Amino acid sequence: MLAHLPILQVIVPLLAAPLCLFLTRSRLVWLFALIASGFSFIISILLLQQVMASGTIIYELGGWDAPWGIEYRIDQLNALLLLIISAISTVVLFSAHTSIEKEIPADRHSLFYILYLLSLAGMLGIVATADAFNVFVFLEISSLSAYALIALGKDRRALWASYQYLIMGTIGATFILIGIGLMYQMTGTLNMYDLSQRLPEVENTRTVFTAFAFVIVGVCLKLALFPLHLWLPNAYAYAPSIVTAFFAATATKVAVYLLIRFTFSVFGLSFSFTALPLQMLFVVLGVAGVFVASFAAIYQTNVKHLFAYSSVAQIGYMIVGFSVSTTTGLMATLLHLFNHALMKSALFLALAAVVYRIGSVQLSQFHGLGRQMPFTMAAIVVGGLSLIGVPLTVGFVSKWYLVLATIENGWWPVTVLILLGSLLAIVYVWRIVEAAYFKPPVTGSENIKEAPLSFLIPVWSLVIANIYFGIDTRLSVQVAQAASQSLFGVSP
Amino acid sequence: MILGLYNYWIVVVLMMIGFYIVIAHGNLIKKIIGLTIFQTSVFIFYISMAKVEGGTAPILAEGITQYSNPLPHVLILTAIVVGIATTALGLALAVRIKEAYGSIEEEEIQEKDNLDC
Repeated sequence: MLAHLPILQVIVPLLAAPLCLFLTRSRLVWLFALIASGFSFIISILLLQQVMASGTIIYELGGWDAPWGIEYRIDQLNALLLLIISAISTVVLFSAHTSIEKEIPADRHSLFYILYLLSLAGMLGIVATADAFNVFVFLEISSLSAYALIALGKDRRALWASYQYLIMGTIGATFILIGIGLMYQMTGTLNMYDLSQRLPEVENTRTVFTAFAFVIVGVCLKLALFPLHLWLPNAYAYAPSIVTAFFAATATKVAVYLLIRFTFSVFGLSFSFTALPLQMLFVVLGVAGVFVASFAAIYQTNVKHLFAYSSVAQIGYMIVGFSVSTTTGLMATLLHLFNHALMKSALFLALAAVVYRIGSVQLSQFHGLGRQMPFTMAAIVVGGLSLIGVPLTVGFVSKWYLVLATIENGWWPVTVLILLGSLLAIVYVWRIVEAAYFKPPVTGSENIKEAPLSFLIPVWSLVIANIYFGIDTRLSVQVAQAASQSLFGVSP
Repeated sequence: MILGLYNYWIVVVLMMIGFYIVIAHGNLIKKIIGLTIFQTSVFIFYISMAKVEGGTAPILAEGITQYSNPLPHVLILTAIVVGIATTALGLALAVRIKEAYGSIEEEEIQEKDNLDC
């Protein structure tokens, strides 16, 4: 059983998804999905333990040897990502039942859970597999279910957002497919480890350069790197709240993982950063993303839009950390991956609670909510502080390492820009605080009550995680450090 | 040189036609058509690269030593399925958009969205 953990990680939600069809009652389906997701959460913990104790786990599907068969490879980076995805999925799913009651028609509830589990399985698969083509397949599993999930949104704009995401996402995935095809053509292998061995022999050919460019652009579309982020704000704003909470915390993270995996492991550090001016490109786009998206966030009147733009800005920070291309820089990226997942899931889940109670996330409707929904709003405040990077929250930890990494490299201007970017976060978080605590309640909203426990428990467990990992950084820092060191060690 | 690589020329031309349609056209159905052409070009790319000169179909038989590579075909079967799923989902969305907005022209939808805000 323990030996089969890597495949179970993916297969449990994948098989649970169609089984949902047999359960008719919404509550039962929810319970079943929750158990399936919880199962993969437990598996991911076991995997992380195993990896930290005894190194990379290699699992050969069907017993076929590596370059011929498909191989799953779990190292520290994979294990960390698997943990983030399955943990957030489980916590978010906890309040799904209450939330979708008001947002999705009853006859579509089981469809919602099926899509949710498929999307989860897809994301876990992308991370677990060590086969480049497998990545594409899982990418499409998770993306196709993501498009459908977003289209479940109540507003008709959800349809339009989903359509735009579908077009952009498919172009991105097809770009990745072209890149993989070119790599296969040059090396005759799809196994990532094998690719990393064979690519250096042919790395000075135009085909490999082209492959690299296609993969990078495709992945950047998926991770919503500025200026390829246009699909993200609307998709997050109009999707059902639960879906937003799940995707905001995981979907772009998986794409960041792919970026790291392809540049560091497959193409190798020395090739990646010389073939394209990747450092320059990413530091400029990352910083530009931080500023453009943060400014856009300041002017939003829809709070979901606001946090969606803030997500684009946070991706900017991750890309800056990546572009430093030192162990500390990569560590900052990985920490921010982990931390941002905690912050954004807490924030969007709290917003889901607000939607449940008042049916809207317009900033004008937030007036006076600080008194009516004290626990929910307090969670948003803590999440916001974390987003800014206030000490004692997780946001501080990753910003700290990011600043360290840029100083280490002598990139002073970038350090200053990162800190300025955090100031912008203060502005947009403050707008929510001001509306919730310093404005009189909207007339006719006197009866608004605190959100039910099915929201408060997951929201606050995420908020507490935000604070806990901001103080006791041992686990996250240790894993991120081990992962980034192994990435630098492995690369030729 | 140019003629010898004609399969790649077809791939690139198809790819650019598809990509151009996706970007340039405002009609949702046309966009999906463009997307399909774009994806199809990649299928052709995979399939044509598997051909080994002088190789036959990869079936074990006496007296034949050279086979074409069957793996890309298998890969692309998966990609075709994915492509169909994408097209189906895209068309389904287009139908729902038509119901909700009364239009499948990007500009008109955008206009109606702007009015909503």
